[in-house]
Amino acid sequence: MSDPSKEWPLWEVFVRGKGGLSHRHAGSVHAVDAKMALEHARDTYTRRMEGVSLWVLPSAQIVASDPGDAGPLFEPAEDKVYRHPTFYKIPDGITHI
Amino acid sequence: MYTTDMSGNKKAEVVAEDPEELAAFEARVANDEFIEPKDWMPEAYRKTLVRQMSQHAHSEIVGMLPEGNWISRAPNLRRKAILLAKVQDEGGHGLYLYAAAETLGTSRDEMTEALLSGKAKYSTIFNYPTLTWADIGAIGWLVDGAAIMNQVPLQRTSYGPYARAMVRICKEESFHQRQGYEIMMHLAVGTPEQKRMAQDALNRWWWPSLMMFGPPDEKSPNTAQSMRWRIKRDTNDELRQKFVDITVPQAEAIGLTVPDDKLKWNEERGAYDFGEVDWEEFAAVVRGEGPVAKERLQARQKAWDDGAWVREAARVHAEKRANAKVAAE
Ligand SMILES: [Fe+2]
Ligand SMILES: [Fe+2]
Repeated sequence: MSDPSKEWPLWEVFVRGKGGLSHRHAGSVHAVDAKMALEHARDTYTRRMEGVSLWVLPSAQIVASDPGDAGPLFEPAEDKVYRHPTFYKIPDGITHI
Repeated sequence: MYTTDMSGNKKAEVVAEDPEELAAFEARVANDEFIEPKDWMPEAYRKTLVRQMSQHAHSEIVGMLPEGNWISRAPNLRRKAILLAKVQDEGGHGLYLYAAAETLGTSRDEMTEALLSGKAKYSTIFNYPTLTWADIGAIGWLVDGAAIMNQVPLQRTSYGPYARAMVRICKEESFHQRQGYEIMMHLAVGTPEQKRMAQDALNRWWWPSLMMFGPPDEKSPNTAQSMRWRIKRDTNDELRQKFVDITVPQAEAIGLTVPDDKLKWNEERGAYDFGEVDWEEFAAVVRGEGPVAKERLQARQKAWDDGAWVREAARVHAEKRANAKVAAE
């Protein structure tokens, strides 16, 4: 039977597509340490010049918000329409604003 | 590559779920929203996905074997480099899919064990042997072609990690199909012997390729549920028809003949009529009686066993180094 303590840990892989862009989640790899995780990330997620830089971090280190909290976390923004420029009526003829 | 849905005869088991959560879930899926790993999902959805995604991953990995068989015997350096890159891609596809399936709470080792014990299936197509170089052409053209047909709709499948893996895979598959067709194209204008080789490969791979779309719709009881859950987006027969319609003109264009005497353009339907797939043969290959089924699993078992000391050594070495680092601090 499989022994979970013997399975290589999981790492999340983030790829910067090109200079000027932020790193974006691509998937995950198994590796014993950070160096191997980078090597596996390179072989698995950048075989066609998909990136110029890689980040890897242990999946266990990611702290995620709970989908059940999506309401309290994100809904309060919905009634703050004054955060958007379209909320403000500017008369025709006024330009560059 | 792609896995056929071989769950054909089993109905997905029904587990009692909270009706409110179930209704909310069904509504989200019907609305074409994506389901993410931490979202609530019915147990049957999770199970079906793990089965489908791991079968798919196993197919990519086992699919490396018939083609890997020809890397050292490719006719020239160009073909060799291409085949090597193609087989490496298939390994990558397997890894994207395993990683996506792991987000559902099944470990990589559990999936590997299920494959090696024969509990999990992989696409029946890989249990046929690759006898000549032309088979490498036929596989790229037909098998990857059928895979693309199956996979393109899955880019919009309801499970986010699966859909994202499929987007990545689809981007890479098109080169696979084109390099295969190119091999066939060259053989078809080669010596009479080369042309015969190409025709022979088409003869042997045509029907198994049609089987890749799975059993006929009336024998695929889970299709309705899988379509409702957006785990599947077209029926087996729809995709099979589409594949025939697209592929027949490609064969004709290079002077090869599709081995089906019932094949005929149907003006009224705007589609080809074609002969019946040998479903007995399909069932036998699903049962593990494919010509090289044993060799395939033996090869995977050997790779797993031979790699055991490497996995163990790497793990222990990393642990030691981590401990030494802690001690030094
Ligand atoms: Fe593939
Ligand atoms: Fe492929």
